[in-house]
Amino acid sequence: MANEAEILSEQLAGCPRQDFRYIIDLVARGTSVLDLGCGNGELLEALIREKQVRAQGLELSERCIQACVARGLTSIIHGDLDQGLADYADQSVDYVLLTNTIQVLHRPLLLIKEMARVGKQCVITLPNFAHWSARAQLLFGGRMPKTGRLPYEWYDTPNIHLTTIKDFRDFCQVADLRLVREIPLRTVGEGGCREVHFLSNLRADAAIFLVESALSLGHGLPA
Amino acid sequence: MDNGSVGIVETKYFTFAEAPGGLVLANGQILGPVTLAYETYGELNAAKDNAILVCHALSGDAHVAGYNSPEEKAPGWWEVMIGPGRAFDTNKYFVICSNIIGGCKGSTGPSSVNSKTGRPYALSFPVITVEDMVHAQRALVEHLGIDELCAVVGGSMGGMQALQWAVSYPERVRLVLPIATTHCLSPQAIAFDEVGRQAIMSDPDWRDGEYYGKSIPVHGLSIARMVGHITYLSDQSMHHKFGRRLQDKAEYGYDFVTDFQVESYLHYKGDSFVKRFDANSYLYITKAMDYFDLTRAYGSLRTAFEKTQAKFLVISFSSDWLFPSYQSREIVTALRQNGREVVYTEIETDYGHDAFLLEADSLTSLVRSFLAGQERS
Repeated sequence: MANEAEILSEQLAGCPRQDFRYIIDLVARGTSVLDLGCGNGELLEALIREKQVRAQGLELSERCIQACVARGLTSIIHGDLDQGLADYADQSVDYVLLTNTIQVLHRPLLLIKEMARVGKQCVITLPNFAHWSARAQLLFGGRMPKTGRLPYEWYDTPNIHLTTIKDFRDFCQVADLRLVREIPLRTVGEGGCREVHFLSNLRADAAIFLVESALSLGHGLPA
Repeated sequence: MDNGSVGIVETKYFTFAEAPGGLVLANGQILGPVTLAYETYGELNAAKDNAILVCHALSGDAHVAGYNSPEEKAPGWWEVMIGPGRAFDTNKYFVICSNIIGGCKGSTGPSSVNSKTGRPYALSFPVITVEDMVHAQRALVEHLGIDELCAVVGGSMGGMQALQWAVSYPERVRLVLPIATTHCLSPQAIAFDEVGRQAIMSDPDWRDGEYYGKSIPVHGLSIARMVGHITYLSDQSMHHKFGRRLQDKAEYGYDFVTDFQVESYLHYKGDSFVKRFDANSYLYITKAMDYFDLTRAYGSLRTAFEKTQAKFLVISFSSDWLFPSYQSREIVTALRQNGREVVYTEIETDYGHDAFLLEADSLTSLVRSFLAGQERS
């Protein structure tokens, strides 16, 4: 019996596969990774295969956890991201990942701060609401936009905190994050994507951010 | 892949700790000789690395799967999980289950005859702990020629034993599956245990435990079991199972004879329990559960798990208020703090604590995937 939160989690179905390559490239070999909302564990499995990481996952959906277990993942915890990461020690993981999930969180600022506390670096991916197609649908159609990465009707969308690339840059200031790298992406054909090098907030329908805490030097001391 | 019962199985017996030796208990007393009733299913492989130990709960026994005779009506207590093609696949694994010490299903307990006196132990039986149960199981496993268990699994008090295995014998178990269990009972759970014990001990037929060969404390034990069954269900499951339906009548009886189906169910459970369970064993085993406390024993839960080496699959059930999910999460947190690999999931269910016996589909897919994942890695 799936509850509302679980249905929501399954709707998201984890990280779009076309983003995998870019995320995997950001992660150094042999490190530790905590994937928040790890879905069916596909990304963690790919990270183990290609980067030999020590993989941990946090996931809301019971069925997704079953899928993770079936992949042979051995550190998967059933939990709700909106409850924070109290169980995780400061700077205890090399990378904390949050893929395609920030927009469904009730308190994104709280979780992002938690991620930066727990992880030495954080990888956050998000759909870009300022993509030209979303802008055009609102401007010319006068209706809530639907795109490949934002496929929901306004009345049944799990997305309650949609954002844009520019918004996220500002948000990094608010959340005391240092932006290490930004990779704007544009979907190309079926299941492919390319990095966008100019006018990214208009042309990219998603983005990957590599951030770290601006507050500490990795050992909890103020900068 | 076949999916069936292990069929006809035989309960076997292993006796150890004979004089002048004995099993040294947590309270310092020595118990011996000790007999364990056990059953095994499947074949131990040549490397002797495919053994899975199943630990039973309060009222369970060694008969976990199959039938002891063609006439036996009900199979073992976890039949749905154990057999060829099932979650604990007896085509691959050698599955062992033994009756705990203190029990009354063939292992040494208060109803056993004390070889020194020639009479049943009754209350002269030492108070045993979950740790003692596990030490006895270790002797059996050794007797079977197994150095290292592939897995230890158990629900409820069986889960306590599984945790104790991981703590006491870290190098002897690769996978631990604690289900619907806790590192210590809540005061609420201890309270229900105490009501059960008081029901037994206030029955005039209990006679300070010396009732063997006489009338047994039927009423006390059946009330204890009725209370127990309430705690194994949930508000939702009782609504589904009974509602406010009346038993064999359309109108209230306006008397104190059974009106509601829920009453009838509890009476039935109580009556059938006294035919198969020893009242003194109920006292001893509930006490062992109440005493189980890894924090008290090791200083902190984190310290308790410090030496563990196994990988864990921890499972709780959303409507289980006797062994609530927060207790499983505490176990998971402490294991994680020690850097252990843990899969934790809370299964959404209305069945309450009984879910560990009833949620066969969810448990099967999780357990099967977990065991298969370990084989690959």
